[in-house]
Amino acid sequence: MKISTTIELPQSATLGMQTTHSPMQMLNIAKYVVYDILRNKFVLAYMLFLVAVSMSFFNLESDPTKGMMSLLNIILIVLPLVSIVFATIHLYNSYEFMELMLAQPLRRADIFLGQYLGMAASLCIAFGVGVGVPVLLYDGSVRGLVLVVCGLLLTLAFVSMAFLATVLSRDKARGIGVALLLWFFCTILYDGIVLMSMFAFSDYPLEKAVIGLAFLNPVDLARIAMLLQLDAAALMGYTGALFQHFFGSTVGAGLSFLAMLLWIVLPLWLAVRVFRKKDI
Amino acid sequence: MICESDDAVCIVGVTRSHADNNLTASNFSQTTFFLVSLIFFNQFRPDGGPQYMKKSILYISILLFCAGVLPARTWTVAPGSSLSRVGDAIAKAKPYDTVLVHAGTYREGGITVDKPLTLRGIGRPLLDGENRYQPLSIRSSYVSVSGFRVSNCGATSLDDIAGIKVYHARYVYVFNNILENNYFGVYLSASKHCWVTGNRMISNATVEQNAGNGVHAWKCDRVHIADNQVSGHRDGIYFEFVTNSTVRRNSCINNIRYGLHFMFSHNDEYENNTFAHNGAGVAVMYTRNVRMVHNNFADNRGSASYALLLKDIQGSYLADNKFTENTIGIFMEGCTRSTFERNDFRKNGWALKLQASCENNVFRHNNFFANTFDVSTNNKLVLNTFERNYWDKYEGYDLNRDQFGDVPYHPVSLFAIVSDQMPYAMMFWRSFTVFLLDRAEKVIPSLSPDKLRDDSPLMKPYVTGTTYQ
Repeated sequence: MKISTTIELPQSATLGMQTTHSPMQMLNIAKYVVYDILRNKFVLAYMLFLVAVSMSFFNLESDPTKGMMSLLNIILIVLPLVSIVFATIHLYNSYEFMELMLAQPLRRADIFLGQYLGMAASLCIAFGVGVGVPVLLYDGSVRGLVLVVCGLLLTLAFVSMAFLATVLSRDKARGIGVALLLWFFCTILYDGIVLMSMFAFSDYPLEKAVIGLAFLNPVDLARIAMLLQLDAAALMGYTGALFQHFFGSTVGAGLSFLAMLLWIVLPLWLAVRVFRKKDI
Repeated sequence: MICESDDAVCIVGVTRSHADNNLTASNFSQTTFFLVSLIFFNQFRPDGGPQYMKKSILYISILLFCAGVLPARTWTVAPGSSLSRVGDAIAKAKPYDTVLVHAGTYREGGITVDKPLTLRGIGRPLLDGENRYQPLSIRSSYVSVSGFRVSNCGATSLDDIAGIKVYHARYVYVFNNILENNYFGVYLSASKHCWVTGNRMISNATVEQNAGNGVHAWKCDRVHIADNQVSGHRDGIYFEFVTNSTVRRNSCINNIRYGLHFMFSHNDEYENNTFAHNGAGVAVMYTRNVRMVHNNFADNRGSASYALLLKDIQGSYLADNKFTENTIGIFMEGCTRSTFERNDFRKNGWALKLQASCENNVFRHNNFFANTFDVSTNNKLVLNTFERNYWDKYEGYDLNRDQFGDVPYHPVSLFAIVSDQMPYAMMFWRSFTVFLLDRAEKVIPSLSPDKLRDDSPLMKPYVTGTTYQ
């Protein structure tokens, strides 16, 4: 409120007007976001990087299975990083655009979701072309499909987290810091912490607890979905069979898919809630 | 192979036509039987090639001659005819006669063959045990049984009841039969020089307790099991105290327990068999001098499933086998002085579980592709040798271009050890954190056995025939 009065004005102006909710407006905003991102060329570079990486993995390894394994590492590490950092930076950079939009008789949620749609769509397209096409070309099997779907869902989840990180703070550096921390936590820290606690509590039956803990991290969910495809033989051994039984079953697969959706929807919903009441 | 055995059948056919022409004479000579058996024997020799075909023409001419001079009696059994029971024909026949059984269902309780005979089914006659009797018992040497459908021998815990059971005999041939829904399929008890070839054995048992084995041999010597298909039984092929025998080209798929199971069966050969989708894979124990080559072990998955479990196996040779998509490729315990060459391990959970109780085994020229873990062990003690294997996870270099990597490969990864101690840690496999831990372990080994290593890992997969200096 103290920051500027010029921003205050459009907001009060909207009060008088009828704010209408329309999916068309949301899509329009998404369209402009996509144009903006395309102008930026970063997403194009990201796409080319993915194409280069996946083509070289499949060409270097004689066995497509090994190519898939290498690609999985990219999807679990690079994809979340790019998604969350790029989305955060871009959202901060388009604050002025959003301010302009806010001056229009539009609902805040529509503007925000339009931004999300545009961002998610462009990153998903980049991933779909960059990884999806080579994977389906070289390994058009179920596991290839699982890999692509996991990648798409992870992109959506991390863009959601990026949006949450952005609305939590007006300071760009701080927002990017939060985003990086989220990425670091999900990809490296979380597994480390869980592994350490597993060592500490190894005298207890932890099998079910470990399954529960997997739901708390989208990266783990994606990794386990792929594990079932790539290391099915090993998972059938000993207590690995428990995971195979759970995640391999329809109920388990459905639950992990739901959990993944929750990881997309929940941060976004929180972000929308904050954004709606936020003092711009 | 099955089609080749047809000429043995047609020889019998020739003698039959003579007999049908009322050339009545007392006996099919023992010589003839020997010649038939000789030919049949040669069928399955690995070198039985074109030169053998010439030989067989010679034999056939001799046989034609013998058949003319010494024709044996042929008894034809058919439903509705004057001779409608197989048992009656056997009772009437003299040794070395032929009994032809035409299509139909024969429910005669148990049929016992107590003299040397050739029993041949025409149009696949059914010998039905009615779930109470043992359809066919062979209590004499020099018997051949072919072309039958044998089913429903029932199940009992008191006797080892079987579709076809051979008691204490020599030179018994069981070939080209279909054995359905039997407790044991073909049971060889204390017999020698027997052949079980080209049979199909299907059982619909669901639990281990109610099922017997497809081919069961106990206390035998020089038996040959070839070209059979066994499914749905407890064990596909079971050997106990069976020596100097061969098992070739069989396929044991979807059996309840093991595809192949043997104990105390020394000097046996297993070649070109397929063991897939069996409950617990293949388990072999307490045996020395086993030769296993060119077998296929696939899709044996489960918490207690091994493609191949070797327990107390000594001085054996395993080469050119394929282990594909099993939970554990080879599990070795108390295994000594054996050589493992040119085997192909692909997409297994653990390619090799080598317990510290194994010693003086050599692993050479094996290829390891896309296994979750290559080798795991339970102790730092390593008394086995790994040399010149190809490991797809090897990341070393070959500066002097001698086709061997310049730095040793340690096939036991940290996480293989961790997941052995805490199996549920398996869920974190392929996590970036685990990857980092594995890397740290590779640089400074602390948990993994340093001595278990391949000092000359191949840079490229081993191709059969390649020699290195």
